[in-house]
Amino acid sequence: MEKFSVPKLPLDDWIDSGLDFMTENFAFLTKAISKDLKEVIEHIVEGLMFFPPYVVIVIFSLMGWWLAGRKVGIFTAIGLGLLWNLRLWEPTMATLTLVLVATFLAVLVGLPMGILAALSRTAYRLIMPLMDFMQTMPAFVYLIPAIPFFGLGEVSAIFSTLVFAMPPAIRLTCLGIKQVPAELIEAADAFGSTKLQKLFKLQLPLAVPTIMAGINQTIMLALSMVVIAAMIGAGGLGGEVWKAIQRLEAGRGFQAGIAIVILAMILDRLSQKIGQKK
Amino acid sequence: MEKISAVNLTKIFGPHPERALKLLSQGTSKDDIFNQTGQAVGLADVSFEVPEGEILVVMGLSGSGKSTLIRSINRLIEPTSGQIFIDGEDITTLDHDELLELRRHKFGMVFQHFALFPHRNILNNVEYGLEIQKVDKELRQEKARDALKLVGLEGWEDAKPSQLSGGMQQRVGLARALAVDPDILLMDEAFSALDPLIRGDMQNELNSLQDRMKKTILFITHDLDEALKIGNRVVLMKDGQVVQVGTPEEILMAPANDYVRRFVENVDKSKVLTAKSVLTQARVVAYPDDNPRTVLDKMNSECLSGILVVKHDDNTLQGMVQVKAASAAVERGDKSIASLIQEKVPTVTSTAPLTTLISILVEWPWQVPVVDEERQLQGVIVYSGVLAALAKRENI
Ligand SMILES: Nc1ncnc2c1ncn2[C@@H]1O[C@H](COP(=O)(O)OP(=O)(O)O)[C@@H](O)[C@H]1O
Ligand SMILES: [Mg+2]
Repeated sequence: MEKFSVPKLPLDDWIDSGLDFMTENFAFLTKAISKDLKEVIEHIVEGLMFFPPYVVIVIFSLMGWWLAGRKVGIFTAIGLGLLWNLRLWEPTMATLTLVLVATFLAVLVGLPMGILAALSRTAYRLIMPLMDFMQTMPAFVYLIPAIPFFGLGEVSAIFSTLVFAMPPAIRLTCLGIKQVPAELIEAADAFGSTKLQKLFKLQLPLAVPTIMAGINQTIMLALSMVVIAAMIGAGGLGGEVWKAIQRLEAGRGFQAGIAIVILAMILDRLSQKIGQKK
Repeated sequence: MEKISAVNLTKIFGPHPERALKLLSQGTSKDDIFNQTGQAVGLADVSFEVPEGEILVVMGLSGSGKSTLIRSINRLIEPTSGQIFIDGEDITTLDHDELLELRRHKFGMVFQHFALFPHRNILNNVEYGLEIQKVDKELRQEKARDALKLVGLEGWEDAKPSQLSGGMQQRVGLARALAVDPDILLMDEAFSALDPLIRGDMQNELNSLQDRMKKTILFITHDLDEALKIGNRVVLMKDGQVVQVGTPEEILMAPANDYVRRFVENVDKSKVLTAKSVLTQARVVAYPDDNPRTVLDKMNSECLSGILVVKHDDNTLQGMVQVKAASAAVERGDKSIASLIQEKVPTVTSTAPLTTLISILVEWPWQVPVVDEERQLQGVIVYSGVLAALAKRENI
């Protein structure tokens, strides 16, 4: 048997040396980014914790009411009130911050990539397989290389969340732009619009609902990463679940899990409506 | 002066037009070319001119290349070969930026399905062309309001396109094109999606707008009645080729082939044909200082029971003298016919439709004079001429 065995392709070694090379040469940069981002996150959490919880609850409930109607407003108030009562206020705010920062970065990177993919065939052919790769790769795997680049903690968590949660933002931005009817593009062309004028006056405005649907999915995916991200020290509600797993405390685990569900429902309803308002 | 002139325009759809072009030059038909090469012939060697201020209607069945033609004129579709001259300048050689400038200032385009921007209100739709030109907001909105007024849509500025009926949406489409004050309007089946009544209104409105604006208009339609109603001249297309070019009357009276004949078969000619196409030259006329005897001779020579009287120097119509009056004057020994002239005579202009002529001829047994604005006599209408024109339809 031995005789016929084909030597193993050292794929793992190649990836390791590739990552080592990148770590050696770029870690100083990523570490610097990491330090700044960590500060930003701390500031946001501090900011949210600076107000008494009831103020934050009122603000979110009013926002829910205004964006999505009375029911969502009431649900937000009860849901957040419950989290406060369960003494999960601080981890909730930490998780919220993590999700919002990851989403913000995902949109910051994903929107231009989506636009590029929609407007250029070459970009489309490069970006789409990359999307498939990012989405099908098990999310845990991203955690491993994140640590040498960003260190343990929130920033690594955000980085892996970003990679995992960005594809819908890119895909739906691309889709939204491509969906603009050809006859409208033709009308814009007939009046002598430049590519940029077409993009900003026609394609992007018409793509907004689709882009918002993408952002909504990004937020949901980001939330689904919080437990996994807790494994590299992200804390928050994911951290609560992670601790409960390690100590086999089912009650505590479910309590934190339910908190994540409530937060997810609130964010889902709010982000669904932001695109439709106006 | 020619505003638009297209010279040997050809468009082949497909990545490798060379073979199709070669086959085309050998006279291979569109279908055969498609079967042999997989390339679709959009336009095959199309040439035509549109003088400034004229409405040229391009007509043909679906798939005959009308949309391809109109889009070649502003290069929304790049012709495979041939040239397009706008104001004498060859625009096929323009680079990207020059082309944008040309589209911004020379052309206004109106689309079959309106193509209004759904996220913009009516005012913002109409100002779009000017916004693209970076005209400042106040001025462009003022112009947009003027354009909306022109099409009768004042007060709808803040509505969204979806709140308007089809007819109103197309008025917005027209206003959007007019707002940039283009020399040339390109209208691709602009009224085809509207129901017949609204459509008739829009045709009338376009005609009356055109009387004031004097734009050069390329108007596409697959409807002959519309073509005849709107067009100064008509281009008939089939399989990407021009089959016939002419005035509506020329097309009706002398169809170039069976394809055109099939088109014109069902047209109500009495609505379309005008006095111009049935008038004949008055073979004899009388002058006010003519002797009654002479006038009587003139009438007898042409077997007329009445003769038109015109001024000697400028040919303006004075009236008519009947044979009875002339004979009486001869017997009385009058010197001239001046006192016999009967001034009340129905007149028509050369653009009067046949239906009008018929209703006059029913009650007026004599020739009907055709005059211009200065009342100069241009010809006469006789019953037999009208009948002949109408009869021509029957033997097609
Ligand atoms: N983008 C295109 N690709 C391939 N063939 C086309 C394209 N556009 C038009 N054609 C072909 O060109 C011919 C003329 O089409 P078109 O100009 O749209 O006709 P019309 O407007 O008179 O209905 C048709 O046979 C059509 O199939
Ligand atoms: Mg068409």
